[in-house]
Amino acid sequence: MVARRILLKNGAFALVSLGLAPSFLRRTVWAAGPARSKRLIAVFQRGAVDGLSFVVPFGDHEYARARPTIAVGAPAAKDGAIDLDGFFGFNPRLAPLKGFWDRRELAVVHACGSPDSTRSHFDAQDYMESATPGVKSTSDGWLNRYLQTRHVEEATTFRAVALTPQLPRTLQGTAPALAMRNIASFGIRAESVGQSFEEQYQAAADRVLNGTGREAFEAMKMMKVADPARYQPEHGALYPQSAFGQALRQIAQLVKADVGLEVAFAEVGGWDTHVNQGSTQGPLATRLDDFSRAVAALVTDLGDRMADIVVLTMSEFGRAVGENGNRGTDHGHGNAMLVIGGGVRGGRVYGRWPGLLREQRYEGRDLAVTTDFRDVFGEIVDRHLGLSDLHAVFPGYSVQRANYPGLFERR
Amino acid sequence: MKMRLRPIIVLVGVLFAASIASPSALPAPSPDEVIVHVLNRLGFGPRAGDIERVRALGVKAYIEQQLRPDRIPDNEVVERLVGLRTLGMTSRDVAAQYELPLLRARREQKQQAGAQTGTRGTGPAMPPAAPAAAPAPFERQQANLPLAELSQQKILRAIYSERQLQETLTDFWFNHFNVDARKGPERFLITEYEREASRPHVLGRFRDLLEATAKSQAMLFYLDNWLSADPNGPHGNGSRLPAWSRPGRGATGGVPRAPQQNQKKGLNENYGRELLELHTLGVDGGYTQKDVTEVARSFTGWTITNPRLGGGFRFDPRLHDDGEKVVLGHRLKSGGGMRDGEQVLDILAEHPSTARFIATKLARRFVADTPPQPLVDRAAKTFRATNGDLRAVLTVLLTSPEFLAPDTLHAKVKTPFEFVVSAVRATGAVVEDARPLVRAVQELGMPLYQCQPPTGYKDTADAWVNTGALVNRMNIALALASDNLAGVTLEAHPQAESFLIGTPISDATRTTIARASTPQQAIALTIGSPEFQRR
Repeated sequence: MVARRILLKNGAFALVSLGLAPSFLRRTVWAAGPARSKRLIAVFQRGAVDGLSFVVPFGDHEYARARPTIAVGAPAAKDGAIDLDGFFGFNPRLAPLKGFWDRRELAVVHACGSPDSTRSHFDAQDYMESATPGVKSTSDGWLNRYLQTRHVEEATTFRAVALTPQLPRTLQGTAPALAMRNIASFGIRAESVGQSFEEQYQAAADRVLNGTGREAFEAMKMMKVADPARYQPEHGALYPQSAFGQALRQIAQLVKADVGLEVAFAEVGGWDTHVNQGSTQGPLATRLDDFSRAVAALVTDLGDRMADIVVLTMSEFGRAVGENGNRGTDHGHGNAMLVIGGGVRGGRVYGRWPGLLREQRYEGRDLAVTTDFRDVFGEIVDRHLGLSDLHAVFPGYSVQRANYPGLFERR
Repeated sequence: MKMRLRPIIVLVGVLFAASIASPSALPAPSPDEVIVHVLNRLGFGPRAGDIERVRALGVKAYIEQQLRPDRIPDNEVVERLVGLRTLGMTSRDVAAQYELPLLRARREQKQQAGAQTGTRGTGPAMPPAAPAAAPAPFERQQANLPLAELSQQKILRAIYSERQLQETLTDFWFNHFNVDARKGPERFLITEYEREASRPHVLGRFRDLLEATAKSQAMLFYLDNWLSADPNGPHGNGSRLPAWSRPGRGATGGVPRAPQQNQKKGLNENYGRELLELHTLGVDGGYTQKDVTEVARSFTGWTITNPRLGGGFRFDPRLHDDGEKVVLGHRLKSGGGMRDGEQVLDILAEHPSTARFIATKLARRFVADTPPQPLVDRAAKTFRATNGDLRAVLTVLLTSPEFLAPDTLHAKVKTPFEFVVSAVRATGAVVEDARPLVRAVQELGMPLYQCQPPTGYKDTADAWVNTGALVNRMNIALALASDNLAGVTLEAHPQAESFLIGTPISDATRTTIARASTPQQAIALTIGSPEFQRR
């Protein structure tokens, strides 16, 4: 409790503007004082983004053949892919993220996913969030198990926050985690009554409710001081007005307010493009545009703080290699994840490319999975967050360092 | 819906001083404390007048009465449910009126989209991409009606039913055999599931409950057993599933979809595993992975007939693995057909681990998060001795000395559902529209019929006491007290402290309530108080 008060006093509520261009290459010097710690911002693209339109394998000749009307063109073509490494390219709607790639702060893991074959959104999201593919009865999510395993005595209410109406599966579990639609709504709606409630909970003989009540009122005060209404993004970051953009804006705000945030979560839907998905224009492109501008704004806004932060994007599965009869794509298997951060060995696409020929596909139709998503999560938990004993976080799976994609320097 | 204002009786009761030093030092509960405790545990807390009624009847007689819900007249709740027309529908009717129109609308939309781009809409029916081709709002809205009405029903019954124990148990058993409405067409199946598979059996035999859920379309779909087939059978590996039998469904709102290429049939262990782990033996109940596989083999062929039309259970011998199985040491001879699954249910229902597991869960619900072991043992013994007679097991729990022990009182933290319902009952708020209450429960993190894992919602304090939820509880108390939940109105402002009769309260709670500047504030401060979060 004492530490929390100290945090409140010494914390960077003043929001020191460093006035420096965002670059996390300067990763050695930046420190946030006593509150310095590694953080993870997880983004879930619900509905299964089409990984092959997202990070385009234009170098695989089967790609254009399998998708006569919706393939993204090669970099040389008009509005073609943005070349990354001569084989993969960004969808042009990901242009806002290209600078991070160039500065080697952004990595891609492709052909990544679950060993389970389900093509159900429901089950696949469940498995990705519990990180126990095939096992439905796991009661908690992997991010919550990380929080449980890495127990922090002086954790604040804001150690794990989801900017979502409901706590996502991945943060459910015995470790405290907070879900809120937005920061401004976190408080008692009538001030005088709020004070009386505070007195009641402080006096409660009930240990559980007393402790949680105190934390709640302390958290409300922290948010009041942080004054969300007056937040100004830094470094010229421009968040889209979309719900997703605003969620990321508030995550940046929580990071900068130094309220003890370690794990943040946001989600964005609209990826289930079965009909007329388009390629560089159309519904999917619109979603990608919002997605990339929001993520780019977050990373830009956080500036040098990104030295200690990883932004991880995920989606429950990829989409079929071939387009369907409605110029869309059906549920598939392997997909692409983005990993962004100062400590990331960026500017590379990780994972073995399995190829798109029919005989190379999973069950003859989908991008095969060559990297188990738990190896990506595991490497981030181990080498970024710094928890090396992963047994409790990934039950039933033996995470092997040899299987890490290699996103971080060995420590 | 016809509304009546309940006369608000201002209760003059003794408030018990907060003298809780240590459990052992607790004084024996007073008669009123016992009455409030019984109302809190068998049901959803006292309404105005309930305490007097139980006092007049006697606690013992009240418990006996609640154990025989069929003998309790319940007219008020029947009246209140009149407007909710999907409640009595079969899954077949729900499918015809709500699911098929949605599918048709989506199909037409897709054809239009196809026409616009010059492609033919010949592909399998897929849910359209948002936002390019969102389904027609009318059909989509209609499709949400069965779940919306079922949720309102759950709230209204809990508030107004005189059969309080039956409501508590219906909630308990639905949660024990949990399914999630968000999994594709599950939302069209749960109305019948709760009404037919769960509710009628809650004070009957466990074995009946078990079979009713095993054969329900809702469970067959939710845990994928409808897809499970003998991989070596005539329809096994390599053969395609029939057109309807694909588990395509989505959190983004899916429906069972036409097959994708190379969809193979094989053994699906999901139901088998959860049947052992969650429905009967419990995770430490003494089974192996081999048992899981053998159970799954036994249930191959337990499938759904005409799933899009709410066709219900069907045994398909062509999908069944008819070989010999060994389940928990019992040999099932080859050629058993559908009897295999039924025999497995027999074995499980009679297994001592099941008695222990069910007794523990019921004791956790009715007595304490960590229930006293001797009580669990007695309840489990009764379970076995009576072949799983749930009324007998509950009688043991509710008439036990442990149930009335001083440290059992107020030992449970209310779940969000219990909190919202008990608040409405205490305040006597008039509910003309239950939807804001459904939303309130959702905001507290417990969306009704939408618990994703088959474990169901947790029944212990740690799951429900966290800062975000606590702030929300206080805000919901404020909203209720100041008539900010549209359709839920306080037509009178009862003496707030009467809500805490039979509850030890702190000086701070007493003074803050006394100090409140308006009756609304006093009510908010009572409902949001730490004392009201327990039962």
